[in-house]
Formats: sequence, C-alpha cells, structure tokens
Amino acid sequence: MSIKLSVENLHKSYGTHEVLKGVSLTANAGDVISIIGSSGSGKSTFLRCINMLERPHAGRITVAGEEMKLVTARDGMFKAADERQLQMMRAKLAMVFQHFNLWAHMTVLENIIEAPVNVLKLPKDEAIARARKYLDKVGLKEVEDKYPAHMSGGQQQRVAIARALAVEPEVMLFDEPTSALDPELVGEVLRVMRALAEEGRTMVVVTHEMAFAREVSNHVIFLHKGVIEEQGDPKEVLVNPQSERLQQFLKGSLK
Amino acid sequence: MQFDVIFEPAILKLFWQGILVSLQLLCISVSIGGLISIPMAIMRVSSNRWISTPVWLYTYVMRGTPMLIQVYLIYYGVAQLDIVQNNWDTVALFKPFKDALFCCVLAFTLNTCAYTTEMLAGAIRDTNHGELEAAKAMGMTPWQAMRRIILPSALRRTLPAYSNEVIMMLHGTSLASTVPALMDITNAARSVYSDYYLPFEAFITAGVIYLTLTFTLVGLFKLAEHRWLAYLQPRKA
Repeated sequence: MSIKLSVENLHKSYGTHEVLKGVSLTANAGDVISIIGSSGSGKSTFLRCINMLERPHAGRITVAGEEMKLVTARDGMFKAADERQLQMMRAKLAMVFQHFNLWAHMTVLENIIEAPVNVLKLPKDEAIARARKYLDKVGLKEVEDKYPAHMSGGQQQRVAIARALAVEPEVMLFDEPTSALDPELVGEVLRVMRALAEEGRTMVVVTHEMAFAREVSNHVIFLHKGVIEEQGDPKEVLVNPQSERLQQFLKGSLK
Repeated sequence: MQFDVIFEPAILKLFWQGILVSLQLLCISVSIGGLISIPMAIMRVSSNRWISTPVWLYTYVMRGTPMLIQVYLIYYGVAQLDIVQNNWDTVALFKPFKDALFCCVLAFTLNTCAYTTEMLAGAIRDTNHGELEAAKAMGMTPWQAMRRIILPSALRRTLPAYSNEVIMMLHGTSLASTVPALMDITNAARSVYSDYYLPFEAFITAGVIYLTLTFTLVGLFKLAEHRWLAYLQPRKA
C-alpha cells in the first residue's frame, strides 16, 4: 500500500510554549485519520503545519513520496527552501477550513476553477467540467453563479470541499469542517465527507464529531498537550480508551 | 434675477467649455492617480520598511496639506522657477510646465493618488485572513494571491469610498480657477460675474452644473457597485 502522507516528529512552539512535541502521522492511500483532542491540544496547529500555514520548528513532511524541502529560517522556524515546490505540494494537500474561507467576491464556479486554472494551469473549459463534476459530487445543483454569502453555511462548506477536490489532491486536510455550522447543517457536510471516504480518498480530519471519528475513520489520533496520547482503530480506542486523559475527554464529549 | 444673460449663446458656450475643462481635469487626474495608487497601495502594506515608508511619507504630506497649496506650489512655484522657465523649450522634463492644465492635473493627480492609496491600502489590510490562507493552501504564489484574490476584493470594497473621493475631486477641480489661464466651470462663472456683475446668476449656474455632474457620478458609481459588489448585497428573492 502506498504511503500518501508521512509526517515525522513535528515540533512547533509559540515563544517558549511548545505546542507540538514531536508528533508523527502516516497515511496510506485510502486512510481516513481523525485527530481528536481538547482545544489547545495542538490538533489544528498540527494540521496547519502539514501544509506550512504554520511553520514548524522541526520535523519532516513527505507527500506521495516527495519530501518537502525545508530549511530553518532566522526566526528558528522552518521555511520552504523551494517556494515553487511548496506551492505544488500544497495543491496536493488541499485543505478545507472551519470557516470555509471561500473567496467572497467570486461566484461558486469561479471559486472552484481558480486553483485548477491558475495553479495547475488547466485549460478553462476542462476546469469548468471538473468543477461541475465535483459540485455534483457534493450534491449542489444550480449554484454555479451564486456568491458564497448568498448560501447557507452547509452549502458553503460543500463548495469549499468541491474547491479542494478540484485540484485532485493526494490528501485532503479538514480543519474542524463542521465546527462553524448550525447543528442541522452538520449532517449534510458529514454525509459528503463519508462519501469521499468510501470512495477511497485519503483524508486527515481534525474533528469534534466523535460519531464521524468512530464510524468513518479507520484510524484515530488523540492529541493531548502536543503529544499523541493514544491512537489506533477508532472502534477500540474510542470504545475502550486506555489512557486516563482520553477517558476523561470522551466522558466530556460522549455522544 | 437675470438668468436670460446665462442663456446667451456666448455665455452658454463659456460654461460648456468650462464643463469640458473641469471634466478633463477630473478624468485625467482620477484615472492616472487611480492607476498609480494600485502599486502604491501594495507598497504601502509591504512589510519592508524601505518600501512602505516612502509611500507613507508621500500620503502623509499630500493628505496633510490643502490641495490649493499644492496647486500653488506647482503652478506659482515649480513652473515659475527660472531654471524651469529658461529650459522648458530644451529640457523635456520641464516642457509640460508651460501648460497651466498640466500644472493643475499634476497637483490633482498627486493629491487624489495619495487619498486613493490610503483607501486601497486599508482595504488590502482588511482582506479576510481566511481568504488569504485559502489562497496559500491551494498553492497560489504570494503574487498570485495578491493579483487574483486580495486586489480584486480590495478594489471592490474600496468602491463606495472611492466614489466619495471622485466627487470630492470634482469639487476640488474648482481650485483650478485660481490658475487664471484655466477656464473651468468656476472660472467661467467668475468671468460672467465680473462682466455683468450678476453674482447669484453666475454662481448658481455653476452650482447647478456641479450638482448635475455630481449626481451623474453618483449614478455611475451605483451602477458600478451593483455590478462589482453584488456579492455583498442581500440575496435577491
């Protein structure tokens, strides 16, 4: 089985506060990895370090066999040694954000074709065909010409997922994709994510949705204070937590 | 009131030419000033002090002094310097200063460019951080993110404030009347006033012309906002 994403021994600090104390992760093709943990555990920071939205202090990141070239900058954090490579690797690691982060001045279609046309240099008509395919996949119809602000949160997040899909990434990163949604809109987004998982897409999901972690992912990582406290098959880890921390955490959020 | 004087063909023609001069001043200065303000705004928000400080200084000075003073400094100052006057037939750089219109356009352009730069720089700074992160995360270069995401969004959000700036500039063009050689709307009115001693008729006519031009501009900007700011407007049913 091919390894799509490997992160080794990632360290990150804010000032003197170390938020990630050597976190590693390996995702094989088709893996759906859920990262759980209380707020401040470093789970979002970890995800954002993978595509260098946050700059780690140490570690190795390899996407589909290609290692990200990183050097230590003057401030002690990593920076890309090769900007061009970073950009191409980011496109292989499409991200879905908590607050959707759609480009507000662009229509849905423009949002989705933007990166395929301008980053992947796809011909426009091909990008449009792709966009329509993925809009269909996330279950949205007749929204192409709408602006993000004119849609519900759930619809916006599904557009954001289509936008991420449109670069046909190796790995999809989800940063708490349902945390900003009204409870009744969470389901539609989770359904789309479940369908993607069943298609065999490789996904790393930072989430508070224990049901999703349990039922959809095949691996769960529990982060606590910057270290992996426990990990494994969700059906075991979440049903029979070994560490006291995870037991406490699950007691607080059990559904 | 003797408004019939205003409607004499020669006077109408005088005002018509005044309108053309004023509009010429306005169009040239806001279009050139507007274009230059885009790179200036990008420089203004640069994290490199060597790039941002000169722009800050420029906008600080231009916004801190009255436009009339700026017109005077260029028309009565620079254009009257011996070194300029003695050489303006031979040195290409000085040649335009022979033209009163150029002196005014230069002052107006420098002025409106400073205000527009600050407006645009503010809009760039206010760009939703998440949208910028999304651009990075999708693999855009910083320059692509600026060109494709930040600038198009900032230019749109600047539009309402910019419409005010253009209207202020339209009214500001009346300062061109301090340059005797320029027959703008205000100077046309002044010459009618001094020839016929009809202050109300002359200046009310000028006022009505400015008012009409202002509301035409307001209408044009409303159309532009409708076109480019549709994404901020409430959803149509």
